[in-house]
Amino acid sequence: MSAPNKSYDPVEVETLKPEEIERMRDEALAAIASAADVDALREVKVAHAGDRSPLALANREIGALPPHAKAEAGKRVGQARGAVNQALKARQEVLEAERDDRVLVEEAVDVTLPYDRRPEGARHPLTTLSDRLADIFVAMGYEVAEGPEVEAEWFNFDALNIWADHPARTMQDTFFVQGKEGGKDGEESGVVLRTHTSPVQIRSLLDREPPVYVICPGRVYRSDELDATHTPVFTQIELLAIDEGLTMADLKGTLDHMVQSLFGDDITTRLRPNYFPFTEPSAEMDMVCYVCRGESVGNPDRPCRTCSSEGWIELGGCGMVNPRVLIACGVDPQKYSGFAFGFGIERMLMFRHKVEDMRDIVEGDVRFTLPFGMEI
Amino acid sequence: MRVPLSWLREYVDLPAGETGRDVQAKLISVGLEVETVEQLGAGLKGPLVVGKVLTIEELEGFKKPIRFCTVDVGTANSTGEPQEIVCGATNFSVGDKVVVILPGGVLPGNFEISARKTYGRNSHGMICSARELGMGDDHDGIIVLPPEHEAGTDAIELLELVDEVLDIAVTPDRGYCLSMRGVARETAIAYGLPLRDPALLDVPGPNSYGYPVEVSDPAGCDRFTARTVTGLAPEARSPIWLQRRLQKAGMRPISLAVDVTNYVMLELGQPLHAYDRGRIDGPIGVRRAQPGEKLTTLDGAVRVLDPEDLVITDNRGPIGLAGVMGGANTEIADHDDTAGATADVVIEAAHFDPVSIARTARRHKLTSEASKRFERGTDPQAASAAAQRTVDLLVLLAGSTAESGVTEIVAPSAPHTISIPADHPDRVAGMEYGRETVVRRLQQVGCDVYGSDELVVTVPSWRPDLTDPNDLAEEVIRLEGYENLPSTLPKLPSGRGLTESQRLRRRVGRALAGAGYVEVQAYPFIGEGVFDQLGLDADDPRRVTVKLANPLSDQEPALRTTLLPGLLGTLRRNEGRGNHDLALFETGLVFRPTGDEPAPPRLPVDRRPTDAEIAALDAALPRQPRRVAVVLTGAREPAGWWGKGYPAGWADAVEAGRTVAREAGVELTVRKDQQAPWHPGRCAALYAGDTLVGHAGELHPRVIKALHLPERTSAMELDLDLVERASSGPVVAPHVSPFPVATQDVALVVDADIPAADVESALGDGAGELLESLRLFDIFTGEQIGEGKKSLAYALRFRAPDRTLTAEEASAARDAAVSTAAERTGAVLRGA
Repeated sequence: MSAPNKSYDPVEVETLKPEEIERMRDEALAAIASAADVDALREVKVAHAGDRSPLALANREIGALPPHAKAEAGKRVGQARGAVNQALKARQEVLEAERDDRVLVEEAVDVTLPYDRRPEGARHPLTTLSDRLADIFVAMGYEVAEGPEVEAEWFNFDALNIWADHPARTMQDTFFVQGKEGGKDGEESGVVLRTHTSPVQIRSLLDREPPVYVICPGRVYRSDELDATHTPVFTQIELLAIDEGLTMADLKGTLDHMVQSLFGDDITTRLRPNYFPFTEPSAEMDMVCYVCRGESVGNPDRPCRTCSSEGWIELGGCGMVNPRVLIACGVDPQKYSGFAFGFGIERMLMFRHKVEDMRDIVEGDVRFTLPFGMEI
Repeated sequence: MRVPLSWLREYVDLPAGETGRDVQAKLISVGLEVETVEQLGAGLKGPLVVGKVLTIEELEGFKKPIRFCTVDVGTANSTGEPQEIVCGATNFSVGDKVVVILPGGVLPGNFEISARKTYGRNSHGMICSARELGMGDDHDGIIVLPPEHEAGTDAIELLELVDEVLDIAVTPDRGYCLSMRGVARETAIAYGLPLRDPALLDVPGPNSYGYPVEVSDPAGCDRFTARTVTGLAPEARSPIWLQRRLQKAGMRPISLAVDVTNYVMLELGQPLHAYDRGRIDGPIGVRRAQPGEKLTTLDGAVRVLDPEDLVITDNRGPIGLAGVMGGANTEIADHDDTAGATADVVIEAAHFDPVSIARTARRHKLTSEASKRFERGTDPQAASAAAQRTVDLLVLLAGSTAESGVTEIVAPSAPHTISIPADHPDRVAGMEYGRETVVRRLQQVGCDVYGSDELVVTVPSWRPDLTDPNDLAEEVIRLEGYENLPSTLPKLPSGRGLTESQRLRRRVGRALAGAGYVEVQAYPFIGEGVFDQLGLDADDPRRVTVKLANPLSDQEPALRTTLLPGLLGTLRRNEGRGNHDLALFETGLVFRPTGDEPAPPRLPVDRRPTDAEIAALDAALPRQPRRVAVVLTGAREPAGWWGKGYPAGWADAVEAGRTVAREAGVELTVRKDQQAPWHPGRCAALYAGDTLVGHAGELHPRVIKALHLPERTSAMELDLDLVERASSGPVVAPHVSPFPVATQDVALVVDADIPAADVESALGDGAGELLESLRLFDIFTGEQIGEGKKSLAYALRFRAPDRTLTAEEASAARDAAVSTAAERTGAVLRGA
């Protein structure tokens, strides 16, 4: 490094000699080029471009030159300093880029680390499937109607044309609420756990003026023991449409629309005659098996587990609302007619999602429920 | 109803190649639920022939009796020599006719027969039992045939071993299909073929010298026919064809007289009863039972009769439970009977009130083939034909004589008619059938139809289910085919979507699931012991339950009054299965009776109930509020490479309550409380405004112990209906100020038992409008601040809507906040 200020000759200043300035510049440039990192470059900058660097000191000497020499010396020093600054800047950029790259490498993490830090949750698939079904009908203009689960027999049976001696009203099928006397003969309380969501249909008809279009999802109770295919507490969804001029064709179309919404455009339904007290005519409703689309029928090479190679999946019951039901609700059967259907959501959950055992749906094991997430 | 195809062909001339499957498809299309088609004798291959036992040699030295027989099989073995056969059965003698399968034959189940050495002898074939031939479950030995069949006769044909049987699930309204006659009618319609109606018989008119009958309850019994047959040959047996038909239809042959009555019941749908005339004492009567009367029914049970039971009587009292089961004291005696076989029988063919029969059958838990048919309604017009058919068969098969006396008691009744517009079925179906089709279809099911635009329809006697216009519409639509209905959509009025309440419930579910809770739907059944386990006081209102008269389990006879038992049970089940970090939630109804609900009125159904009547029905029901609850245990955040994680606790439970309330737009206020089943020092009462909506916190250690829960299990339960009611409607958007925030931290020292919520609300009230937010960021206890004290550190953020706050303004607001806190809670600024 060049020595700082010595005594100088005011006429001929050693440090301002062209070769001296060149040397200082070259030294600076060499130092810059050899600075290994940003910190080293900072020191080089202080030494070669700082206030007390040789070139800065040389610059101060210019004032001592005779006027005729000032301009030339000034130009020479200025150019040298300019070259140094430029080199510094360029080197700074290179070194910063190098440093940044290095830091990014050093900061690298294992992004494959698991992050199960926030616990997962999920809604029950019965809830989400029920919502999903309700949404199909809400989109068509239906209302979702609800009612109590502990229900008066009049709503659950009588108004639905299920007369006093109907087999459905026996203890084999129905949970009766114990009467006041506390006696064994619970039938006296006149109150049951609803065996279907049909009492909600009755309440809807009593609450509203026709036309009535409601969908009634909810929990219902039948005195079956829990096993792989039965549960005493299950979820039903029922539909009721009462208007002028409704027909079985409308019932069929509504069912087709539902299964197409859930299972695909080419899925249709089939009605088979059946008997229910609250509908007349009544039917059993099936849908085309959405897995094999009927191709497993009579085709032992391609058996279908979903429909047991029947080609059809049984959904539930339906029919035209029995005019007697309308009369019990004060609706004029001469003017209004309607249709209704109902089915168990557990069954649909089982065949739509390949659930093998009803108990999985019932028991609340989080391993069963979690994969279903928020929507179904 | 099991319908053998061979029998069905007797009434309908089905195409020759028609299989059971074909008939099944046709019957399904007209609405009969044919569940299965059983292939009888599938895989059976002869030679299977009648054999006559020539010699029997008992082989000694084996664990069971073994016989070496020679059997004459005619020319079936092509040699004509006796066939040597080893047999393990002993129920036959020399000279008996038996069924023999020869080597080369195959029995059902792919059981190939070959000559083989067994028990030291060569056996060339096998003498068959009924079960081996697929004829029934009877395994009392081999079949001994009536003697008249020639050795060598083909037994496959003789025993009608190859057949198809349709099994039909008959719906309660279609009682007539519990007979061959009814199924044949449907088959004839489905194929468009004529029906040979087996009930069309010549029946002699009633006269005065039949067996005396007195019907004193014509409402319960509107028809009673009695016929007498005498001189039944004691040795008479049911012929093979009759036995086989019974077997195929699922009944066991018993004795000729019983078999014939069963046969006619299967054929015509009319249950019949045969009394041993020698055992009836005096006239037959029909009346209601008297209190205390008893009857021993054919199944040997002694039954105490109810005054509503309809009974058949003689001079001694009840001899039968009308339409359900006969009495043991007039039972037809078998030929094995020591008292001697029945020679003379009285045949009853009656029509009983379906409701009365149903009640009696249910009361005595006694369902019979007869009661099944009477309950669903039999054809009263077929009763005398059925009696005649029974008489004819007994005369034919038992060598007996029909007495000429015919008793017939008939309560007068008019046929049922229904008027419908001719286009009524069209309007129900939503497609055009036209009058002609409607009339034709109704006539096919047996109706008489008159009129043009307005049809007057007289329904047939075998269809008591046809009572209303829609019943007739159904007949037309099903016969025209449900599968041919078009698919249309009604035009609905515009809907309004889900209600606020329904939307709230979905949001709550999503918010809790988003917060890491898994939804559960537990059964609502509880045992009342759980209230003790939860530590509820004796007078806690949650102990007042709805009780079931017929619970599935006596351990759980009541309905839940809180969601916690079900949720905690589910938590415990999960824990037992190795899931230890659990956060569960449930939304559902709880049942909160007062215990004073009045019984509901019995209302008619022929009109709309009045509003007061509906209110009276509702008053009979318990309150059924909707609740939401959570339970948690284990780690709320697990330990991992990021750090230690933290355990689920009371604060998570309280926060779950806030999560729910937030979805309703409700800010919960939390207060300290003591409430079972929560830990008395870790229990929060949750308020929406001034309304208590629920509780949250850690469970009481005693509860945790009693219910075998993991330590520190925490829970929250609140009333969603109440939260919803507190909901304040749409959010009012805040003004978002563009001016900079001024932050001030304060640490306040208060007594340790001062709730932080009180300090916070005091600060908030005191800080005034400039306060943007307020957050507790630290709590400190220690020597520096003194025993029984705690220091709460708050970050206060101030901002003005219209200007940049000066430092003086921010400090003034802070000082005001602190001074309010000092005033209300005794707070002292730390370090001051």
